[in-house]
Amino acid sequence: MSTAAKMSATTPLLEVRDLVQRYTLPRESLLRSPGEVLALNGVSLSLMAGQSLGIVGESGSGKSTLARLIMALEKPSSGSVLMAGRDLHCVSADELRRARREFQMVFQDPYGSLDPRQTVARIVAEPLTALENPDRETLRVRVASVLRQVGLRDADIDKYPHEFSGGQRQRIAIARALITQPKLIVADEPVSALDVSVQAQVLNLMQDLQEQFGLSYVLISHDLAVVDYLCDEVAVMYLGRIVERGRPEDLFGQCAHPYTRALLDAVPQAQAGAVRRRRQSVAIASQSFGSAGCAYAPRCPLADAHCREVAPALRALTAHHSAACHKAESVMALPPLVSEPHQPLVSKPL
Amino acid sequence: MIAQAGTAPAPNAFWRRALRHRSFVVGALLCLLVLGAALLSLVWTPWSAYEIDVASKLRPPSSAHWLGTDVLGRDIVSLLLVGARATILVGIIAVGIGLTCGVCLGLIAAAQRGWTEEVIMRFSDFTFAFPAVLSAIMLAAVIGPGMVTSITAIGIFQIPVFVRVTRGSAGAIWAREFILAARAAGKGRVRITIEHVLPNILSILIVQATIQFALAILAEAALSYLGLGTQPPQPSWGRMLNDAQTLLFQSPSLAVYPGAAIALAVLGLNLLGDGLRDLLDPRLARQR
Repeated sequence: MSTAAKMSATTPLLEVRDLVQRYTLPRESLLRSPGEVLALNGVSLSLMAGQSLGIVGESGSGKSTLARLIMALEKPSSGSVLMAGRDLHCVSADELRRARREFQMVFQDPYGSLDPRQTVARIVAEPLTALENPDRETLRVRVASVLRQVGLRDADIDKYPHEFSGGQRQRIAIARALITQPKLIVADEPVSALDVSVQAQVLNLMQDLQEQFGLSYVLISHDLAVVDYLCDEVAVMYLGRIVERGRPEDLFGQCAHPYTRALLDAVPQAQAGAVRRRRQSVAIASQSFGSAGCAYAPRCPLADAHCREVAPALRALTAHHSAACHKAESVMALPPLVSEPHQPLVSKPL
Repeated sequence: MIAQAGTAPAPNAFWRRALRHRSFVVGALLCLLVLGAALLSLVWTPWSAYEIDVASKLRPPSSAHWLGTDVLGRDIVSLLLVGARATILVGIIAVGIGLTCGVCLGLIAAAQRGWTEEVIMRFSDFTFAFPAVLSAIMLAAVIGPGMVTSITAIGIFQIPVFVRVTRGSAGAIWAREFILAARAAGKGRVRITIEHVLPNILSILIVQATIQFALAILAEAALSYLGLGTQPPQPSWGRMLNDAQTLLFQSPSLAVYPGAAIALAVLGLNLLGDGLRDLLDPRLARQR
C-alpha cells in the first residue's frame, strides 16, 4: 500500500471540527447592539471515504447551515472544515475553486436549482466550465455519458429544465454533481420536494451511484426513512448541536436522546384504525442566547433540575453510538415505539 | 456557449405567438410607422422642411400640402417626417445611456450588497428626485439649450429607473438556488452576473426599455416645447407644438398633428412593451 493510499485510509474524507456559525439579526434599536442567532453551536463530525452520513433534525436545527459550510459557501464564525485533511476555509480562493471538484452539492428544490434559461448541457457542464474551458465536443460527450448514468437520454441534452418532471430535474441536478467525479456529494433534502414514488427512484439512483463510484454522501433530511435507507451513520441535530449519533439501526431501534425519540414518534404511519393523539404545541426554544443547561430541557419530558443546570456533552454509549443526554441510559431503556423491533422504514426493493 | 438549437420558445414558435398577440402587432406597426417616417425623411420629403414660404402660410390641407402649412409656410407633412428623426434619435440615445449605466450599476448593487449597494441606491434616489425638466434647465444654463442638452438630461433621468428595476429583479435572481449551485461549482460574482443573472432579467429590461422610450419621447417633446431641446430650424414634434401654441385659436389643427404623432408613437411603444412582456414571460411560453 502506498503512503498516499495509507493516508487516505486513515484521514477522514470530511472532518468538521467544532463548527460555530453566528448570524447577526437586523438591529431592532439604535442603542442596543444587534441580536445574534447561533445557527451552529460547536458541531464536530467526521466521515470516511465511501461512507454516508445522514443529518436529521427539525427546521431551524442548523442542518442547511452545516451543508453550506461544508460546501464552503459561507465562512464559519469559528471552527474548521477539513476535506481530505485540507482546511477549506484557510486555502486560497483559487485553490478552493479547484478543490470544489472533490465535493458537489444537490439541492432541495429541483425547480429552483436549475437555471431556466440554460440547456441541460450547460447546466450539467457547469462545474467543469467554471474551472476551465474544455472544447465543446469533449464536453458534450462527458455530459451525455453522465446523463446516461443518471438514467436520462442523450436526446435530453439540448432541452431546457422546464421540459422535465420534478424527478427528472433532480436527476439533472445529480448529473451536474457527478460530472467532476467527486468524492463527496452534499445533498440538502434531495427528495423532499418530490412525489413519494419518484423519491424512491431518486434514492435508488443515489444508492446505485454510491456503489458504482464509491461516493460519500452527506444527506440532510427531515425524513428519517430517507436517511435510514441511504446512510451508514446518522447524526441528529437540535438547535445547532449534534445531540445523538450512531448507526441507523442503533438510533432508530434504541434511541438514546429524548429528542430522537420525539422525532421517531412524529413519523406518520399509515395504520388502519389508528388514533393519533395531537401533541401539544411547544414553544421552540430560542437559539439567540446561550442559556445554561440542556437546550432540549424545556421540551423534554424527562428533564430535571440537573438537566436545566448542566449542559450534557456528547458521550459514547457503545462503540458506534453516542448521545448528549444525562439520561441516555434511561431513554434507551424505554419501551420501543413500534411493536416490532426496528423495521426498515423503507422496504429495500422499491 | 453550447448548442443553441432547440431553444425553449423556438424562434419560429416565438414569432407565431407574437403575430397572434394583438397589442404586440399594433404596437410594432405604430413603432415601424414612426421609424419608417424618420427613415423616409432622410431620402424624401414632399417639401423642404427648412424652406420658409411666408406667402403660403397657414394653408388648409390641399393636394399640394396634404396637411396644410404652418405659420412660416412650411409643409406640415415634411415637418412631421423630419421631426420623427429627432424623436427617435433622442429616444434611442437617452434610453441607451440610461440602460447601459443603470443596468451596470443595478447589477453591481445586486452582486455586491453592503455599502456598495447602499451608495448606488442612495445616489439613484438622489438623481431620481430631480425631474428631467429641472436637470435640463440646469444643463441648458451650463452648456446652452439644444439636442445634446435634452439627450443628456433625459438620459440621466433614465439611469435611476433602470438601476431600480435591475437591482430589484437581479436581487430576486441572486436569491435563487441555481445561483448557489453556480457558486458551489466555483463561479465568481462576475461570471454569475453575466451568465445567470443578466439572461434571467433580460426580458424585464427589454419591456422597461420600451416604456422608458415612450417617456423619453414625451420628455423630448416637453423640452423642445419649452425651448430647451431641439433648436430651430431643426424641426421636432415638441417644437411644432410650441409654434402652434400662439395660433391655437386661429388654426388649432397645427397643434393636433404633432400631438397626434406623439400620442401614436407613445401608444405604439407602450403596446409593444405590453406585448413583449407577455411574449417573453417563460411561464406563458411554456403553455404552448
